[in-house]
Amino acid sequence: MGILQSIKMALRSIMGNKLRSALTMLGMIIGVSSVIILVSIAEGSAQNVTSQINQLGTNLLTINTFGTDVALSDGKIDELSKLNGVKAVAPVIQGRVNVKKDRTASQVSLTGTNAAYSTVRDVLVSQGRFITDLDIEYRQKIAVIGADTAATFFGMENPVGQYLQIEGTSFKVVGVLASKGSSLGQSGDNVVIVPLSTGQRLVKSTTINQVFLQGKSENQMDFVMNEVEIKMASFFPSKSDSYSVMNQKDLMDTMSSVSNTMTMMLGGIASISLLVGGIGIMNIMLVSVSERTKEIGIRKAIGAKRRDVLLQFLIEAVVLSGVGGIIGILAGIGLGEILSSLLSLTVSFTSTVILSSFLFSLAVGVIFGVFPANKASKLNPIQALRYE
Amino acid sequence: MGKPIIQIRNLMKSYKLGGETIHALNNVSIEIESGDFLAIIGPSGSGKSTLMNMIGCLDRPQSGTYLLDGKDIGKMNDNQLAVIRNQKIGFIFQNFNLLTKLSALENVELPLLYAGIPTKERRERSIESLDKVGLKERARNLPTQLSGGQQQRVAIARALAGNPSILLADEPTGALDSKTSQEILFLMKELNELGHTIILITHDLMIAKQANRMVSIQDGQLQENGGELFGNFAIY
Ligand SMILES: Nc1ncnc2c1ncn2[C@@H]1O[C@H](COP(=O)(O)OP(=O)(O)OP(=O)(O)O)[C@@H](O)[C@H]1O
Ligand SMILES: [Mg+2]
Repeated sequence: MGILQSIKMALRSIMGNKLRSALTMLGMIIGVSSVIILVSIAEGSAQNVTSQINQLGTNLLTINTFGTDVALSDGKIDELSKLNGVKAVAPVIQGRVNVKKDRTASQVSLTGTNAAYSTVRDVLVSQGRFITDLDIEYRQKIAVIGADTAATFFGMENPVGQYLQIEGTSFKVVGVLASKGSSLGQSGDNVVIVPLSTGQRLVKSTTINQVFLQGKSENQMDFVMNEVEIKMASFFPSKSDSYSVMNQKDLMDTMSSVSNTMTMMLGGIASISLLVGGIGIMNIMLVSVSERTKEIGIRKAIGAKRRDVLLQFLIEAVVLSGVGGIIGILAGIGLGEILSSLLSLTVSFTSTVILSSFLFSLAVGVIFGVFPANKASKLNPIQALRYE
Repeated sequence: MGKPIIQIRNLMKSYKLGGETIHALNNVSIEIESGDFLAIIGPSGSGKSTLMNMIGCLDRPQSGTYLLDGKDIGKMNDNQLAVIRNQKIGFIFQNFNLLTKLSALENVELPLLYAGIPTKERRERSIESLDKVGLKERARNLPTQLSGGQQQRVAIARALAGNPSILLADEPTGALDSKTSQEILFLMKELNELGHTIILITHDLMIAKQANRMVSIQDGQLQENGGELFGNFAIY
């Protein structure tokens, strides 16, 4: 008997038992769609992170220090900025602050920094201006706010020139940042940027743990990185564990290893449900074999070979899992789109994920279909015919 | 009549149940000629179905030989037996054994499907086969929409579809009333006249009498029916 006929036959028997077939496929549908949703969300945020890191430009160095004993003082930052090949330096202080305006209150992440930050980190102002060095000198209570923060507190109004209460103190908004999008569920647009000196007062700490350096040109970065590392070693001898100097590639590697781990973990969890779906198919196929013992006997008496019976049951399992897989893919994409618009997450459906989860579901059908199919094909026709 | 299509010599088949050995077939020898209409009669448990399964190549002899068309069935593997069942033998069962989810036509198509006949020819031959049993109009019906007699006709059409030389009927009228039984029997006689070799199993003497030849089986042993034995079977 031809393969085409076997497929037709399998479809007939699947259609002949719609409810059971649907329930069997449900396992596959849930498995495949959860793989697709979770992996696509993970990949989406990975892509987001990558593109954001790329936006920073390739001539960026990041110095991070851990703890108060390796704090970067003004003098040290000044020395770093005077290194050969360094174009600009932006020290950063970070924290979370309560922001209030009238009845609206919200937790926002705070960045205290200098004027160079805008060129070093390549942030653009869509309205108003950025912080200037004078603001720092005079400890001005002014703020530049992210696009989301602006929307939260001012809606459609122009925030520039208006006031916000940050930790109870009134700050004048002088600028609004252009939108940057979010990564790993963290919005890059829900921020307030204040002058470094004011920021230190707000978070009640003068310790600077992060400095961004911009190199003069891309092809000098290895040299600059080397210089910075030597300088840091001279600042903090035998404390090399307490700080790190990273270039953009390091940052990228770290982020992509984080997001790879996340993708694998989510994919792994979802794969378990695929496996469970496969066991469901095996279970149903086994029931179906014993339910249809008589049918198998009749078919064999009429001239079905072992191979014909084996194929019939195997194809049935594969069709169940394959159709379940296709529905799962559609459901996954649909739900993913809905989630992405509801939660404003970036999701990215790669053909690799879609294709591999479909192939995986077919493989599950084959693997878990072989055992029942083999059992059916081995039935003795005389005994099968006697079966009631 | 023609040459022997079936030659069975010293056939044995026994089942072990616990410590006991049941000789379902005990040294059975028989030759059946092509085009014959043979009735096998015997009481319940005498080994009729066991012999039928053997002749129908669902089983292999434990000892003794079975030649079908001169080919030794004992030496064939499962696949070869499946091909022989498909091409040379048509089964007709007491309880029809139709596939309930398939229409009459689809049931009749099954043996042709396994024979690898292309769709169009398969359809034509199946309709022709249904026509022979007078059920062409019911081709689209499911078995559950047909009467017992009609279901058995469909089963006969299925057995006929592959145009096998031998039709094996195990109590084909066992589930039918006497009028319908007689109709089925007429149909089988007609098929016999068309050249099919028919082997009919029954424990109804009135039915067996309508065959050309009758053998009886008791405790696994076969006897050609003479006049004196005849009387013994009147009780069945
Ligand atoms: N699979 C089996 N295992 C054990 N014993 C069996 C098996 N099949 C048949 N037998 C035994 O072999 C003997 C012949 O059985 P068979 O089915 O051939 O009888 P039968 O003549 O067809 O009876 P009936 O008219 O009731 O159908 C019986 O004693 C039966 O119990
Ligand atoms: Mg019987």
